[in-house]
Amino acid sequence: MMAGVVAILLILASVSAPLIAPSNPLDLASFNLADSEIPPVWAEGGDKRFLLGTDNQGRDMLSAILYGARVSILIGGGAVLLAALIGVCLGLLAGYLGGRTDAVIMRIGDIILSFPTILLALLVAGMARAVFPEAGNPRYVPFVLISAIAIHDWVQYARTVRAAAMVEGAKDYVKAARVIGLPPLRIMFRHILPNVMSPVLVIATINLAGAVLTEATLSFLGVGMPPTYPSLGTLIRIGNEFVFSGIWWIALFPALALVILVLAVNVIGDWLRDRFNPKLRVRQ
Amino acid sequence: MAMVRMMGLAVAGLLAIAAGAAEAKTLRWSSQGDIATMDPYAHTESFTSNMHHHIYDPLVRRNRDLQIEPALATSWRIVEPNRWRFTLRQGVKFHNGNPFTADDVVASITRLIHPGARARGNLSNVTAAEKVDDFTVDFVLTGPYPLLLNDLSGIFIMNKAWLEANNAVIPGNTTTGVTTFASTNANGTGPFVLETYQPDNRTIMNVNPNWWDKPAHNLTRIEFRPIRSDATRVAALLSGEIDMMAPAPLQDLVRIGAADGFKVIEEPSLRLIFLGLNHRAELQGDPGKPNPMKDKRVRQALWHAVDLDTIQRRVMRGKSRTVGTMVAPPIPGYSADLDKPLAFNVDQAKKLLADAGYPNGFKTKLDCSNDRYIADEQTCVAIAAMWTRAGIQVDLKTQSRTTYFPLVDKGESDVYILGWATLPPMDGYSVASALLHSKTGSLGGNNPNGLSDSRLDDLTRRSAVELDEPKRRAMLTEALKIVRDEAYFIPLHQQPVAWAMKKTIEVPVFADEYVRLWFAQVN
Amino acid sequence: MARLLLSRLFQVLLVMMAVTAVAFIIFRYVGDPVNIMSREDASVAEKAELRAALGLDAPVIVQFGRFVGRVAQGDLGNSFRNQRPVAGLIAERLPATLELVLVATLLALLVGIPLGVFCALRPHGWLSRSIQAVSLVGISTPTFVTGIVLILIFSVWLKWLPSFGRGDVVRLGWWTTGFLTTSGLRSLVLPSITLALFQVTLIMRLVRAEMLDVLSSDYIRYARARGLPSGYIHRKLALKNALMPVITVTGLQIGALIAFAIVTETVFQWPGMGLLFIQAVSFVDLPVMAAYLLFVGVMFVTINMLVDVVYAIVDPRLRTAGQ
Repeated sequence: MMAGVVAILLILASVSAPLIAPSNPLDLASFNLADSEIPPVWAEGGDKRFLLGTDNQGRDMLSAILYGARVSILIGGGAVLLAALIGVCLGLLAGYLGGRTDAVIMRIGDIILSFPTILLALLVAGMARAVFPEAGNPRYVPFVLISAIAIHDWVQYARTVRAAAMVEGAKDYVKAARVIGLPPLRIMFRHILPNVMSPVLVIATINLAGAVLTEATLSFLGVGMPPTYPSLGTLIRIGNEFVFSGIWWIALFPALALVILVLAVNVIGDWLRDRFNPKLRVRQ
Repeated sequence: MAMVRMMGLAVAGLLAIAAGAAEAKTLRWSSQGDIATMDPYAHTESFTSNMHHHIYDPLVRRNRDLQIEPALATSWRIVEPNRWRFTLRQGVKFHNGNPFTADDVVASITRLIHPGARARGNLSNVTAAEKVDDFTVDFVLTGPYPLLLNDLSGIFIMNKAWLEANNAVIPGNTTTGVTTFASTNANGTGPFVLETYQPDNRTIMNVNPNWWDKPAHNLTRIEFRPIRSDATRVAALLSGEIDMMAPAPLQDLVRIGAADGFKVIEEPSLRLIFLGLNHRAELQGDPGKPNPMKDKRVRQALWHAVDLDTIQRRVMRGKSRTVGTMVAPPIPGYSADLDKPLAFNVDQAKKLLADAGYPNGFKTKLDCSNDRYIADEQTCVAIAAMWTRAGIQVDLKTQSRTTYFPLVDKGESDVYILGWATLPPMDGYSVASALLHSKTGSLGGNNPNGLSDSRLDDLTRRSAVELDEPKRRAMLTEALKIVRDEAYFIPLHQQPVAWAMKKTIEVPVFADEYVRLWFAQVN
Repeated sequence: MARLLLSRLFQVLLVMMAVTAVAFIIFRYVGDPVNIMSREDASVAEKAELRAALGLDAPVIVQFGRFVGRVAQGDLGNSFRNQRPVAGLIAERLPATLELVLVATLLALLVGIPLGVFCALRPHGWLSRSIQAVSLVGISTPTFVTGIVLILIFSVWLKWLPSFGRGDVVRLGWWTTGFLTTSGLRSLVLPSITLALFQVTLIMRLVRAEMLDVLSSDYIRYARARGLPSGYIHRKLALKNALMPVITVTGLQIGALIAFAIVTETVFQWPGMGLLFIQAVSFVDLPVMAAYLLFVGVMFVTINMLVDVVYAIVDPRLRTAGQ
């Protein structure tokens, strides 16, 4: 329960960051170098304007974290949506059509699943940089990251949906629908899809936590969001450079925010899983 | 590789036997970046040169006071205005035992001035080296040239027989990716012998017991470990895994200095940091339109919009010095009159932009390294923020030096950060010839973005052949004055050199940021 | 059994083909090698010459054939950045990564299994509930945060353990090992804990779930009904059966660990393949990226196949099904 409330509050807070954050850290004009490295408000030297202090550029940490979490959630959520979309479509196709389509889709899936997310994501992000020099541009990085994560995650949806589609496809009502000549697409989306939505939701929740972590890792490694458009991972990467100089708040707060966010999503995921589908286990 | 390693082991073994009594003094140190290549002519990076200096010797070198003194050459004289004669040191041996002779100098210079060598610009006034006898070499120059010794202090001598035996006569080039045996192996005459070169991991050198000079150090072994992350590097020092770090991150100086058993040493560097600008017809950041930076008022506006004092106080933590010119005070060509930045004044900047026809600013790219200069990424984010406040749309991209410098070299940026310490010559001519002269032949090697001013070209060429020192300096100063008046570059600050080490280590800090471990003492 | 092996081998071949193709595409099309390798002021004729010299003027299918041929001979080209043969670079870095992964795996098993069993036997005790809760924090904490925290506590604050690198290594043929020196072993502690943490959680949860499954099965109920001592039931019957999937997952996770080592190696400056790869990514060093992909691909499919085979040998049901 707690986790649910925390997660929803956090997600709401970050998605509405532009409304509630004290300032906009993405606007280079909004912060002032003269305000750099002010400690949190309760520490000595704190400033009422900056609840959680400021970073080395004078950005308000609270705003940076809210916006950073927003970037993290948008990318994580985007990746989950894209993966679910691809996975559901391919899974339906494979399950409903069977035969060669099924074999090709599922073999590709097998190959992809034999690589861990982080490796594929790094590879996609790295290749994108090599092909389009512009891929490092803050405007395009989110899309690169979303595809980098989704390229791995769609397989799980496809597998689940395929299995369900095969079961449903053999049932009488679908057979009947075929007999009366309903177009296959309509059968797939109107009749089969609603029956496979709950496992898809569960997987999506569990994957959201993973996707947020993957994005943070990529940004921490320096192939994710750039410092002018930071996600939580980028903030931790920057803060990491300052952990020895007594400016602990730059690293600590983003790291805490990330752990709490992922933890909350994970708890919800666990709960959903137990509730809807006790057989599904945590998979990477 | 195998050969070098074997040799290293052999030397280490010899030492162990010979030195029995003298205990092993290993210095373990770390820096941010790594050695780009072992080939001295394949790069133009001063850190890599610095590392090579432990293995290779130049003909002349800098002493403790950074004055030039004999090294592999013992004396020299000008026989004709364009012909210098060097007498070489006798009895010097390369690490593999080969004797050092005039043939090695000729082969080295020929290899260096090969058009494929990345470092050919470091000796642009030399057309040939000619052997006179086994220990005498003539350098043939394009004309009278006052800075030959300065240049030569950064040119390392390789072994002809070794180059030929290992098929490495053609120079490598880190920009074009040409590599040879010499890219990963080394055979010099220097104070230390390369044992292992593992990029990203460690480079190990052992003392050269047969060095021609009397060692002023007491080291037997140097272990260099590149550690990219500031935090990890500081952790490694504080936990005693390394003995020294150079440079030390500015934000950690106070803490390291306060820690028991450690000290921080500082010195103003010769390195000045500035922003280079795009002088071509179009900006990369906004193609298809005329380049606003062709207008002097726009360039001045960019300068007025940078709050240098706040950068000095906050980003550089009060350790840097704000500058208005492109060379440091000890460098010939420097003038205190020029060393004043344009005042920080956003209104003035906006007015100048409006006068130039850009009341709403313009779009530009800002490219920066994030692991080359002190706080380079932070400096650039701060500048991007300041320019944004002045109404300019900045597209900032920071990246590692390895991808950053090729990008700058190819002229694919609009505004780029660059540090220049006038190395190796330590003379204003270095700025004039590499940065100010238009890119033609071996001149303008680091002027990738179309800066071309006939007055600068003329001053550069004239100062290159002027043997009257006051006149020569006046020409360089005049060139720097034009640069300031035209705002061709935006000077930011003079970096500090700050190193952190255990209290038991004595090593002189040099303004050129070189780590000269042949002066180091481990107690 | 034979059929299973054959079908697995076929799949391995398929995966390898796919991976090689991707590697080839990276190599050939991502960034024109001619532009990367030639001087910025090279003439068109010079470039054409280089193109021919590199064999890039041949039909794509011929080029692919040559690429496969070279790869089969272990020739993966030269690193753009380190300017050395990529195969050598990987061979040099391989021991560091494998030793780290090995220690992390052992650590994960040694800690994860007992914790999992404990939680399964006392599912409602406060201790197992706390362990469960902590484990959730474990999978929610990114590896790099764990690493930084460990460095802060154990290297900087307590000064007990080294914060970076492998320490002194001993050379055994081409292999270098950190197992034989004190500094090597000490250096292993923090990175392997960092890398193992996630796996500990995973194995613990898995063992717990399997144990609960097995404990509620008819077979155990029957054993209890027969009056067998509960210690015997737990150890001999339940744990043995619950460990079956653990073998598979641990095996499969070795692949994941090699990949996650990228992060751990970055934080601890551990000179393994992961560090090599991440630097290749940030420097756009295509040959290294392609080679790493190929190498890890081979590694993964081999591990997957071995796990399948071991599983088939161990699990009698699969064996009979195969026959």
